[in-house]
Amino acid sequence: MADTKVGPMSLSVAKDPSLMTGAIPAKDWMDTPAIFKPGNYCYPGKKEIAAYHGKNLPGKFGESRDWKVEEDDWKLPENWKEIIINGIKERLDKFRSFKIFMDCCVRCGACADKCHFFLGTGDPKNMPVLRAELLRSVYRNEFTKAGKILGRFAGAREMTFGVLKEWFMYFYQCTECRRCSVFCPYGIDTAEITMMAREILHLVGVNTNWILEPASNSNRTGNHLGLQPHTFKENAEFLLDDIETVTGVRLNSLNFNRKGAEILFVIPSADVFAEPGIFTFMGYLLMFEHIGLDYTISTYSSEGGNFGLFTNNELMKKLNGKIYAEAKRLGVKWILGGECGHMWRVLHQYMDTMNGPTDFLQVPKSPITGTVFENAASTKMVHISEFTADLIKHGKLKLDPSRNNHRKVTFHDSCNPARAMGLLEEPRYILKNVCNNFYEMPENTIREQTFCCGSGTGLNTGEIMDLRMRGGLPRANAVKHVHDKHGVNMLSCVCAIDRATLLSLMQYWNPDVEVCGISELVGNALIMEGEQVRETGLRSEPLEGMEG
Amino acid sequence: MRVLYSLAIVLALMLLAYTGVEVLPGGRTLFGVVLPWLAFVTFLFFFVAKIVDWAKSPVPFRIPTTCGQENSLPWIKQNKLDCPSTTAGVWGRMFLEIFLFRSLFRNTRAEIHEGPKLVYGSSKYLWLFGLMFHYSFLVIVLRHMRLFTNPVPFFVHALEFGDGFLQVGAPPIYITDLVFLGAVTFLFLRRVVLPAIRYISLPADYFPLFLIFGIGLTGVAMRYFFRVDVISIKTLTHGLVTFQFSAPLESISSLFFVHLFLVTTLMAYFPFSKLMHLGGVFLSPTRNMANNSRMVRHINPWNDPSIKPHSYAAYEDDFREFMVEAGLPVEKELEPKADENAPAASE
Amino acid sequence: MYDKDKIIPGLIVFVGLVTFPLWYGFGGGGKLPVPEKPTNSKECVMPTAEMRTSHMVMLNQWRDDIVRMGGARLGQTADGTQYIRSLQKGCMKCHTSKKKFCDECHTYAAVNPYCWDCHIQPKEAN
Repeated sequence: MADTKVGPMSLSVAKDPSLMTGAIPAKDWMDTPAIFKPGNYCYPGKKEIAAYHGKNLPGKFGESRDWKVEEDDWKLPENWKEIIINGIKERLDKFRSFKIFMDCCVRCGACADKCHFFLGTGDPKNMPVLRAELLRSVYRNEFTKAGKILGRFAGAREMTFGVLKEWFMYFYQCTECRRCSVFCPYGIDTAEITMMAREILHLVGVNTNWILEPASNSNRTGNHLGLQPHTFKENAEFLLDDIETVTGVRLNSLNFNRKGAEILFVIPSADVFAEPGIFTFMGYLLMFEHIGLDYTISTYSSEGGNFGLFTNNELMKKLNGKIYAEAKRLGVKWILGGECGHMWRVLHQYMDTMNGPTDFLQVPKSPITGTVFENAASTKMVHISEFTADLIKHGKLKLDPSRNNHRKVTFHDSCNPARAMGLLEEPRYILKNVCNNFYEMPENTIREQTFCCGSGTGLNTGEIMDLRMRGGLPRANAVKHVHDKHGVNMLSCVCAIDRATLLSLMQYWNPDVEVCGISELVGNALIMEGEQVRETGLRSEPLEGMEG
Repeated sequence: MRVLYSLAIVLALMLLAYTGVEVLPGGRTLFGVVLPWLAFVTFLFFFVAKIVDWAKSPVPFRIPTTCGQENSLPWIKQNKLDCPSTTAGVWGRMFLEIFLFRSLFRNTRAEIHEGPKLVYGSSKYLWLFGLMFHYSFLVIVLRHMRLFTNPVPFFVHALEFGDGFLQVGAPPIYITDLVFLGAVTFLFLRRVVLPAIRYISLPADYFPLFLIFGIGLTGVAMRYFFRVDVISIKTLTHGLVTFQFSAPLESISSLFFVHLFLVTTLMAYFPFSKLMHLGGVFLSPTRNMANNSRMVRHINPWNDPSIKPHSYAAYEDDFREFMVEAGLPVEKELEPKADENAPAASE
Repeated sequence: MYDKDKIIPGLIVFVGLVTFPLWYGFGGGGKLPVPEKPTNSKECVMPTAEMRTSHMVMLNQWRDDIVRMGGARLGQTADGTQYIRSLQKGCMKCHTSKKKFCDECHTYAAVNPYCWDCHIQPKEAN
């Protein structure tokens, strides 16, 4: 839990002098150093884990070593500046977006108050424009005529250890949520800039363990937590008992690594072992049983989430490659993906480019409704919300929405499905069909303007809890609004990181509100063949009228 | 300080041009002919070079920022402009972006109150004044074509007529002159008044504003206050584009040369500055790509085929014993071995 | 993906637009204005340089003064010569042809004064 109690935090965000509360910082940002203290940084990657990644992708993860963020010697390689400048150069040549975003910003400031970290901390360097300037200033110094000649006058500065510290601090206070990009007149996407900066930081071995360790687990065992195949299977099967207790039905369809299945189902692995994700998982299983879907889950590719995205495109590609490899090995026709945010960023915008083409798969076609998912014709991967919405539309699910009457539900658009995919209506359509009380949060906080949970991109670690509670404030505040107005008590979402992070965020800011995946509510509403009278929901909470 | 530096530079430029034409022998030819041509060539060459430089880097991934409903099931209404999946949709989105500043139109202003309570209000000023500034600038540039063409084409006449239709004074006041100076003033004021914007502003933000304001001001001064000999000026300016350098330079007011020198500076400065957003707005990958990543495979020219996932075979080798025990299917059965020789599975 | 098929045409259009005056005026500067000088007088009501830059201001003043304020018709130059403050009865006594005098420069500089919105255009022989 956060170090600061909610009372003092509430006062601090609204009252402490900051750029958000109208106070102008005394010093120019270039003269304000980044100072690390416990609670404002993520722990660096463990030596052996960094070494593991370095072995798999030589050169991309720098020298592995033990180092401490608060110390003034990060044990960087002798030529670290050269590595960084060359790293920038290489990426300028590889990514047009990077070049354009370095050159085009006019500092109009439209992005300034769009960032949840700025709104929660008031720290000027959390304005997307300044976050980008941290890198842009070095770019100007090394790669532009104006910067080389005019120096600081043109907003240029040299790469120093102080700058490196700043990068480590502020590119790990960006969750690549793309909200600023929606408002930028040139579409400058800070997510893209943060990705470049993180790639470059990894080159000199500046990294965080919370990202490297899940990524290494994911590579070897298939999922973030490092669950080995038998454990993964046992965990999932254990949930069948819970389902039986609640519904009286023993599901038969759950299976693993089965060749010849029609559909490979890929989930964020948290859904198998962590609350409240496990309830979402139960929802998936109930629905698949209900419609008699021919699917299988892979233990080898048991993670759709991809922490490689938060390091560099090479590791992202490497981790993602498993999905197609497994689809090919098992001989499935197409792939279905569970509720996860950044997983879908990778699946939607990167997977086919990195690891396609997929001539061994078929254009996804719902075996139940016959709907052909033309929008996934090349990647061959369908989002569970698209799939479920289609089922409901065709009347293939028997639903009793009143079983969610004890829930007053609102919906949190997760950053990536919203702004890197455009999945907005499908989850809403499902919600409106599986529950009777659905309320939208204010319009500036949903859909393409949605606020991040404050802990995406590998920032969902305990050591920066205060920071996360600040970054998540805009989201929590919007939830509070509908909680106060409509009595909302359930925050639904389609993202596994959200299900973990919003939980802490709600416990902190809105303790009366719980968090769930959409599929949990589907599972509650599904009328299963041969079921008993349902007295509780999937998390064994009493249904409306069953409280006694 | 950043403000004053920038202002001082623009004033110095004006003074330089003024003394240049007043004192320097051949100053009028220098400031009236040589430098403008050099600046124009610089502008053209480096502008194109910058775009070519951008274009040399590929767009490796399809990364549109989706600002509306995707194209998915046929009965779900797609937002075809904010989340286009076709080329036509992208053209529509880019049209709105370039000509109507669509993204800026979304702008909001966030405030934090006690509670804490965050509130977001609509904030369209930047959009409005930005639009006014850019369009009046465009009209003014096009109107100036009367000094660079002979005969003067119809669209310039049309603009002249429309822009001066208030018929106030003689010569009539141009609406765009007022709008232009007003908008630049607004853009400047918000930079110094709003704390966050002031904090992020660089000299490179103030300098072009002062420069452009200086151009506007000297232009307005020439038209309405210190009248200049337009015929001689046109003989010069039109001579510039037709390579006839016979204009009576001596009968042209020094004020004109100050105006021209600021424009010269702007042209030469343009390709090296943030003003290149003029070209960049067309090339921004988050806006000019269709959101059809799952429909059409996007090709990355530097995609590295040697990066392979940790293979299933290696995975199974690691965990075969556990998998067999847990009843998970395996590709290769366990080798019949004595128990004590079983491979360590966990490292 | 480089989008050459869009960027190159785009650049050509851009260069075309920016160099518009160059190719539009290619092959010569066109005709320079030669306003016809009066035969009956050597001097105007103000020095020539001033008339060149500011005649429109003067005409505007005359109109405001006479039509709206009931001002005097007669004006006087610095050296005491009297003249009639009138476009048609004053100016055009010496500059007899609108076409050969006024229009020469006005056309060249793309100026469309609204004098003739009210005044009747003099009929002129070719």
